[in-house]
Amino acid sequence: MTTTSDGVRAKAREAIRNQPYKTHTILSSLLAVQDALGFLPPEGLDEVARHRNTTVNEVWGIASFYPNFRFTAPAKHVVEVCWGPTCHVMGAQPILRGLLQRLGLHAEGDTPDGAVTLKMNTCLGVCAHAPAMSFDHRLAGHMSPQKALAGLEKLRSGDQPAHAGHDGARTASGGAR
Amino acid sequence: MTDAYQPLRKRADGVWAGLHAKPWIRVSTGLQGMAAGAGEVLEALRAELSRQRVDATVSEVGTTGLCYAEPLVDVHVPGTARTLYHNVTPEQVARIVAEHVKAQRPIAEWAHATADGTLEGVPPRGELPMMKGQVRVALRNAGEIDPLSLEQYVARGGFEGLDKALSGMTREQVVQEVRDSGLRGRGGAAFSTGTKWSFLAGNKSPIKYILCNCEEGDPGAFNDKTILETDPFTLVEGCIIAGYATGASNGIVFIRHGHHEPIERTTRAIEACYEAGLLGKNILGTGFSYDMEVSLVGESYVAGEETALMEAVEGKRSMPRFRPPFPAAVGVWGKPSNINNIKTISYVPEIVRQGAKWFAGIGTERSKGTVIACLSGHIKYPGLLEVPCGITMRHLVEVMGGGEPSGKRIKFLQTGGPLGGMLPAAQLDMVLDFDEMSRAGAMFGSGGLIVCNEDTSIVDLTRVLLAFDQMESCGKCFPCRLGTSHLLEILERACDGRSRPTDLDLMDRVGRNMRAGSLCGHGQLGYNPVSSALKAFADEFKAQMSDAGPIPIPPFVGPRSTRRGAQMTGDTPTAQVYPEFVINLQPVTTASQQPTAAG
Ligand SMILES: Cc1cc2nc3c(=O)[nH]c(=O)nc-3n(C[C@H](O)[C@H](O)[C@H](O)COP(=O)(O)O)c2cc1C
Ligand code: SF4
Ligand code: FES
Repeated sequence: MTTTSDGVRAKAREAIRNQPYKTHTILSSLLAVQDALGFLPPEGLDEVARHRNTTVNEVWGIASFYPNFRFTAPAKHVVEVCWGPTCHVMGAQPILRGLLQRLGLHAEGDTPDGAVTLKMNTCLGVCAHAPAMSFDHRLAGHMSPQKALAGLEKLRSGDQPAHAGHDGARTASGGAR
Repeated sequence: MTDAYQPLRKRADGVWAGLHAKPWIRVSTGLQGMAAGAGEVLEALRAELSRQRVDATVSEVGTTGLCYAEPLVDVHVPGTARTLYHNVTPEQVARIVAEHVKAQRPIAEWAHATADGTLEGVPPRGELPMMKGQVRVALRNAGEIDPLSLEQYVARGGFEGLDKALSGMTREQVVQEVRDSGLRGRGGAAFSTGTKWSFLAGNKSPIKYILCNCEEGDPGAFNDKTILETDPFTLVEGCIIAGYATGASNGIVFIRHGHHEPIERTTRAIEACYEAGLLGKNILGTGFSYDMEVSLVGESYVAGEETALMEAVEGKRSMPRFRPPFPAAVGVWGKPSNINNIKTISYVPEIVRQGAKWFAGIGTERSKGTVIACLSGHIKYPGLLEVPCGITMRHLVEVMGGGEPSGKRIKFLQTGGPLGGMLPAAQLDMVLDFDEMSRAGAMFGSGGLIVCNEDTSIVDLTRVLLAFDQMESCGKCFPCRLGTSHLLEILERACDGRSRPTDLDLMDRVGRNMRAGSLCGHGQLGYNPVSSALKAFADEFKAQMSDAGPIPIPPFVGPRSTRRGAQMTGDTPTAQVYPEFVINLQPVTTASQQPTAAG
């Protein structure tokens, strides 16, 4: 990842310019920046404002509304757990509690060492295989607290590539919450 | 037939015949399949085919609907029965390739069903409990074709409907056909599609939009995404027909960001149609021009509401607009617009191709055609079913879904998503009909049916639904913004055994205010889960809320933030700032129960 402010700006600009869909809006530009950088740095918000010829306030107002945007650099891995009603009745809560405990977190968020983001998703779209999770965007169904912890360890030990590329990114939710 | 369609059809038929001339292996790699491990199976299959030097076509198809059987591998080898292997593991792949594909001996012990031909001891697919009784219209190609192949779609009758409309029907006739078919919206409000189209057709603006809604935020529903990842061309064809019928210039498919397969496949289907002259200028040489594109939105449930959707397409916060003006007058970018659900549009090609009479012959008096139900929860055969309206919920759940798998009693179904309701088991004989279900307080909504057995606490599940409604409230109007927070607090108290004597009354007052005073369906319907749960399980609620020893319900780990940045669980500030949320708003119209119906 680029660390200099100018580098970040250049990347954001490129993402905005090359966004894949025909109609460019503030929202589509924000999604493009987040997809490219993994989050929305201040430089990214500023570039979106310039591109759309509007104020940073306006851009920020939209960015802050959608919970899939994040404003700090992402952790190395992302683990998502569905807490939607199907997964709830099929046992999502023990999975969540187990993961929170293992990660030393009290709520969804990043571990202090920046290794893992735990996200709660309202529905990963694979309710037929509830309870469902994803590890670096790889979907996994029929989970249990044990399987969840095993999956987490596998991630942390580097068995799976961090931020699986396009082949691995077959998920109901690429966004962060 | 137009001159332009003929060669396309001929090419498609050639491709189709070619596919059947050698081994063709279809693997369900929709979202559902991937969650069950289809990715690893596909990898193993490709490796095994090359290791054993077999010349076979491998297609990634979307989902077949038989989610319980995934990973599902469908093997067609000329001269043998086309066989569906269920719950396939990567380890099984080598033998399937060696015995079925190479030696032409299907493996009966691993087979779930045959799709063509017969195999000793293996049922035909149509006789599977989950398939028997299905009528597949919108899902007609599910699991049959490669979602990215225009030729395969056309070979199965694709674009015949569009060709028929463009070559032989006036715009008015198409609108009338859809109206006569009795098709009603499948996005929740069940409004007549033909009537809705006639509003847009009546507006003579040169730029008009058809919006196809795949926000699909309802947890428990996955049928819109399934259509887009399994058969995106049916949506694209339906949208072009809708454009022709209403005189629209542009179609927009609206999908939640992050749903990789539906987005990717829809985008590629649109591109393929441009290349084939099915989109763009002078479609099929008939002079009709129409453009389509994909638009993405961030995570927001309310973005599925039609006016919020228009805001999101314009790149803003997905907050609903005040109506009137209605979308058919002022819609996206200020232009006249029509919004339909993905399923609704996906019926259109077959309605035009086979005629209104055929479609209207399926279903009940007022609910025509089929519905796509998503079964999940405590059920033997979770998955996707397309069934004619008019069958009973009992048949759907107990026969087609196989009933509760562990022998426990089914307690209720959660239907219609987080703004829907609870249908107690005692009412399972209800016929699947939009009007009958909404009269019973259980909307059919988008088709999600979550089966809950006797171990499920109704208070607990109601709390989860309200946690969802509270988190997703866009915050634009206070009856919903505060009401959902307040209801959640009361339910939290109930679960913790801290209910106050006035809580039941308070819930009722808050709920009535939400219904009467909210701007959009989110707030207007947000009390539904509570009211329907209270109606069906009053005793359980009262016991939980009395101080005579409530049953403990473990604390709920929920997401941290709402859209307004407030703490969601525990003591939200609402209770302190607004101790009695009791402004007594009166209903504006008596029709407020069905607020999303118009437009
Ligand atoms: C809060 C809220 C969320 C909604 N979400 C969706 C959705 O995800 N998909 C959908 O098709 N309709 C959704 N609707 C209904 C739409 O507003 C609209 O009625 C529907 O898309 C119209 O299509 P139809 O006539 O084909 O049913 C939602 C409504 C509300 C109030
Ligand atoms: S009812 Fe709720 S979701 Fe709808 S506009 Fe009001 S606050 Fe937003
Ligand atoms: S409710 Fe968990 S995947 Fe849909």
